[in-house]
Amino acid sequence: MATIADSIKTHTKLEHADQRAVLTGTHFMNGDAAACEGALAAGARFAAGYPITPSTEIVERFASRAPQVGGLFIQMEDELAASITLQGMVWAGQKSFTSTSGPGFSLMMEHIGYAAMTETPCVFFNVQRGGPSTGLPTLPAQGDMMQARFGSHGDYSLIALVPNSPQECFWLAVKAFNLAEQFRVPVMVMMDECVGHMTEKVVIPKAEEIEIFPRRAPSKPPGEFLAYGEIGEDLVPEMASAGEGYKIYVTGMTHDKRGYPLGNAEAQRILVGRQFEKLRRAEAELTLIDEDHMDDADVAVVSYGITSRVAERAIQLARAKGIKVGRMRLQGVWPFPEKRFREVAQRIKAFVAPELNMGQVVLEVERCAGGHCRTIALPHAGGTVHRPLDILAAIEKGAQA
Amino acid sequence: MNRGSVVVVTERCKGCGFCVEFCPTHVLKLSSAFNAKGYHPPHLVDGDKCSGCNLCGMYCPDFAIFGYREPQVRPVAPAPSQPGKEA
Amino acid sequence: MSTLTEIGVHNPVEDFLRMERIPSIWCPGCGIGTTVNSFVHALIKTHTDMKKLVMVSGIGCSGRVGGYIGTDHFHTTHGRAIPFATGLSLANTELNVVVYSGDGDLVSIGGNHLIHAARRNVNLLVICVNNMIYAMTGGQAAATTPAASMSSTTPYGAFEPDINIPQLVDAAGAVYVARWTAFHVKQLETSMAEALKKKGFRFIEVVTPCPTLYQRRNNMGDGLAAMKDYKDRSKIRNGAGTHEVAMLPGEQIIVGKFVDRERQDYLTLMRSRLGANFQEWVDAPPQVEHEEGEGCGEC
Repeated sequence: MATIADSIKTHTKLEHADQRAVLTGTHFMNGDAAACEGALAAGARFAAGYPITPSTEIVERFASRAPQVGGLFIQMEDELAASITLQGMVWAGQKSFTSTSGPGFSLMMEHIGYAAMTETPCVFFNVQRGGPSTGLPTLPAQGDMMQARFGSHGDYSLIALVPNSPQECFWLAVKAFNLAEQFRVPVMVMMDECVGHMTEKVVIPKAEEIEIFPRRAPSKPPGEFLAYGEIGEDLVPEMASAGEGYKIYVTGMTHDKRGYPLGNAEAQRILVGRQFEKLRRAEAELTLIDEDHMDDADVAVVSYGITSRVAERAIQLARAKGIKVGRMRLQGVWPFPEKRFREVAQRIKAFVAPELNMGQVVLEVERCAGGHCRTIALPHAGGTVHRPLDILAAIEKGAQA
Repeated sequence: MNRGSVVVVTERCKGCGFCVEFCPTHVLKLSSAFNAKGYHPPHLVDGDKCSGCNLCGMYCPDFAIFGYREPQVRPVAPAPSQPGKEA
Repeated sequence: MSTLTEIGVHNPVEDFLRMERIPSIWCPGCGIGTTVNSFVHALIKTHTDMKKLVMVSGIGCSGRVGGYIGTDHFHTTHGRAIPFATGLSLANTELNVVVYSGDGDLVSIGGNHLIHAARRNVNLLVICVNNMIYAMTGGQAAATTPAASMSSTTPYGAFEPDINIPQLVDAAGAVYVARWTAFHVKQLETSMAEALKKKGFRFIEVVTPCPTLYQRRNNMGDGLAAMKDYKDRSKIRNGAGTHEVAMLPGEQIIVGKFVDRERQDYLTLMRSRLGANFQEWVDAPPQVEHEEGEGCGEC
């Protein structure tokens, strides 16, 4: 998995993690704890949150660990507060995150939009549970995938990563912070109750083996620096923090290069257009798919999170039966890796897409398949995982197509 | 004898009249002329009495007027009536 | 003007504003700009380091103040200025964080954050411009709209009483609570200067006119009429019990400094509790193995 940290290609000089916060060693820990360690390794020292099952362990651990490395955790009065307090921490110059689950994620939506509009690099961990509403607080689901992408009002683009093990919770947490800084977007880490609560071996490497994308710094002095105007080829603006003398003006309103509110269609086109384009340009870099046996596959099983581990069993069973089935395990769901899916659709018979919701990411799969191959959805209301045999049956159906 | 004066940036004025009303020496008046936005900005009518206390500047919501003490005329001028105490 | 420049005459307030953004969006007779004068003079008086001053606001007419002041400014979402400011204040202790926003923003939609910020006692100065109405959206009733007032959403008069803000923040634990009106420019300046010098959660309410969207519907005249009304009805009672300062239509407006007490702010308390550990940890963090698997994750 070290390749994930290695995959960041950029002109910005990467740094190494601060060894004082890296719990180097081999551990037996759950996904929530591993996510917390990933955040610490990535440089997060401050976090704000509100308790909610099954995500609370992330910040519980952080509350204990952060003061030891000069930071703190603050428990806010609700998720509305937590999701904006963390952005205050970010603009104070720190890396910061919050963690939540279903109902709390719903309350955070407005501030995910604020982070997108103000280009605030920050990380939201969502350990998904069954919904809607209070739903199944202690049981798994993957029903927030579309909400992660489209939950806040207006048009914006963001990144969502999906780990399927505690080990990957660690690495994708590190990557989430790195991508947040690289692209100045909110990054969602979409865990699920199973991944959050399962306890497995987690190997945390030495700090010098963990690469960190530092905060973008202003290249111009105060007076010359434009808060949203110093934009390179990657379309990501440089960032000044509060208290540095740059007199930055940050607003959730449509704004110009100075950051000043500017309420017209042209300003909107330029701003929102750039915010979309900066991620679109990085599609290749943001295509994060763990593939296997895709060279000669007739059927591709598309899955993520805990579902990918059930699907793996189905893939083994299908191969034992001689079916040419490949794995496309999504580590990043948003932006959706469209190009890769369009390529694959040209030469396979079917996508099989099990997920713990009534059909969300499968809609994207089907869209990209564009009629070139079948797309077989395997919806599940959540609360438990799929049976491998059900996925196997879908693979068999797809292979016949 | 002048002790102070005011500066009016007429184009910023929105004609609320706060400065005229709360001037402790009552030396301001809204003019009959309009500015570009159609408001009547204030002007000094009884310049001799202006103490330059800047209470007009404190009240002006639009940063369109301020008072100053004339340094050359009276370098040290302890104002007999301190502004703002009457509230 | 050249002669004025020669003798060095200019409005010192302008040095602290983003003059390229003036004129403001505020209506004629609005009192928000008046409070800005007091604030800037308080900054001058206290020699506040503008580099470290951060203005945070929510949504609304008063939420635009920070954007006119020449310092870092965060115009956040509706009601959430205080939690954003909390994050700034906790994560960089050098910052001097001021929340400048309106009654609808801070007390209505953001009321819960106001309570908890006062309780938590993070280093924040909150200036609440109370014009008693949601003005920017067109004059709807707020939690601060006086009982029986007409507004666009209470066309038969409001059926709910307004909240006594100083009492609320006092009860929640604010270390400094004052109320003035836009008429009290000098007292407001003094109060703001005092509050700027203090740590912990400080709160100043400033009652201001809203001629366009509050007074017009309630036959209360223009901005100047409101200012004269404040002059006539205000009574300075420093140290008054905050339970006695509710504003009632036609009755005295009690203004003054009501609360000024000492209580350890959040970070000071945290560090004193962590004690010697804190510095040791910062110098050499413990590399402890955490025990795993405890707790069942029930709500």
